[in-house]
Amino acid sequence: MGFGLRWLIEPGFWSSSPVRVALVIGGCSAVVSAVVGVFTVLRGQSFAGHALTDVSTAGGSGALLLGAGPIVGFVGLGIVGAGVMDAIGVRRLRGRDLATGVVLGASIGLAALFLYLDSTSRATTGATQQILFGSIFSIQSSTAPVVVGLGLAALVLVGVLYRPLLLSTVGPEMAVARGVPERLVGVFFTVAMALAVGLSSLTIGAILSTALLIGPAAAAVRLTSRIGWSLLLASGLGLAACWIGVLLAYDSYDWNASHRSLPVSFFIVALIFSFYLASGPAARLRARSDGRRAQPPPTQVSAPGPALNPSPGG
Amino acid sequence: MANAWTVATMVAVIAGVVGFFVVLRAAAFPAHAIPNGAFAGAAAANVLGLNPLAGLTACALLAAVGIGTLGRRGRHDVATALALVMMLAAGAVFLGLSQEYEPAIYSLLFGEVLGVSSNELLPVAGLALLCLGAVAALYRPLLLSSVADQLGEARGVQPYQLDVAFLVILALATAMTVPVVGALLIFSLMIGPPAAARAFTGRPPVAILLSVAIALVTVWSAIALSYLSNWPTGFFVGVTSAVSYATGRAWTRWSRPGARCSSMG
Repeated sequence: MGFGLRWLIEPGFWSSSPVRVALVIGGCSAVVSAVVGVFTVLRGQSFAGHALTDVSTAGGSGALLLGAGPIVGFVGLGIVGAGVMDAIGVRRLRGRDLATGVVLGASIGLAALFLYLDSTSRATTGATQQILFGSIFSIQSSTAPVVVGLGLAALVLVGVLYRPLLLSTVGPEMAVARGVPERLVGVFFTVAMALAVGLSSLTIGAILSTALLIGPAAAAVRLTSRIGWSLLLASGLGLAACWIGVLLAYDSYDWNASHRSLPVSFFIVALIFSFYLASGPAARLRARSDGRRAQPPPTQVSAPGPALNPSPGG
Repeated sequence: MANAWTVATMVAVIAGVVGFFVVLRAAAFPAHAIPNGAFAGAAAANVLGLNPLAGLTACALLAAVGIGTLGRRGRHDVATALALVMMLAAGAVFLGLSQEYEPAIYSLLFGEVLGVSSNELLPVAGLALLCLGAVAALYRPLLLSSVADQLGEARGVQPYQLDVAFLVILALATAMTVPVVGALLIFSLMIGPPAAARAFTGRPPVAILLSVAIALVTVWSAIALSYLSNWPTGFFVGVTSAVSYATGRAWTRWSRPGARCSSMG
């Protein structure tokens, strides 16, 4: 789709420095979220991932209150929230939803307070919008190295965890038999999730960051049953959604007479949602044409989790 | 102020009753997602100049049916997560188009109970009655399919239809509660009190009554505290809910060592 877009790109897109920062940060968080997201989807932890986004909402708004950059709060409180959720038992299947929900509810309460204090104690407005829905074009370029560093840290964490994580995701009983320290793996994975959520909070806003985490991964998992391919595919879809979203938001400035550009996060989320919707029919089509290659989908069938209907379409 | 008390009482009753089934059916995630759909509806109504309650109700119903349908193929939790963020993003766009961005977002997400006017009471009461009626009508099949899935099916309960029916009840409950406690916080009200109630008793009717009672205490104290401190109601609702859940868990540990908090008689 690269050359087709060339005439769509508004003049000045590449030379604008906020756009370049946005592309770097967006791309980085999209890849990290996609990689972590594949495991999140396979482990049936979408709700936990989403709860972390609300924890990081509270973190971001709290950091703003203290005068620190939102990224500090997004990531910092996200990691604390990961610890709390583990402590009160998100690992157990029964009651897991409940424990997650309570952490979520409490952190939303905190976010409500922090955002209220933000808007009353500081002269600047826009805190609510900035934290909740993101403002990728107003990120200072000095944040980019921090984002890249944290992104690399999350990827290294997933890389180190890769084998035990995969084993405990696909066959929990087998993992226990092989002596995988399940609890430790779970905790570190939740930390990786918190990092990914923190980064995508910066890109598309705290309460929307679930989209980058779950969407590309869910679409990729529907399309391929091989873990390596699904990681690559998810990263590709995430990157595409992010970069096209940034481009469309940049272009949307000229779409209406009042020159009010639409939020980046909307475009990214809408693209991800349409990828997910398209992945169902695409997977069915592929399954039909690839019928001869009868390959059991090992990563899809055995996803643990409270999903009422764990069979993916396709 | 009197309006706030009246409407908050209705909200607490509905949240206590519907929340019991949310906890029982482990439907916490849909219960979180549907209010966010309602947020988009309210935002759209804001832009188009329609009645916010109508927008809320329509969009909450849309979200409920969407989650039910999308979740039928594919993973339920993934479908819920994506429907949730899509609705939120749409809501953000609608609010971006309207003039009052920041205060509108804040009050829709986190609620504005002290700003309820008296002509908003009647539609909220109507929705509350509708909701209670639906729960009463579906009481037995809901309970049966929540506690014992196979038994319910054997008795002729249609799991998918019931699931959607429950999501619709959730949507109605949401529509009436969002203007009061906000899209994000209705969720804590639907989780904390019922979860605590279930820790104290295993009998469903008693648990429902207890859950309503805890929700009432939560909401009333939140309003009083928020009036006194001038801090947002939502903060107190969230914290009180979490505290009641923690109390319930501690009680379970203390009274029945070895039993888990999710044990159900």
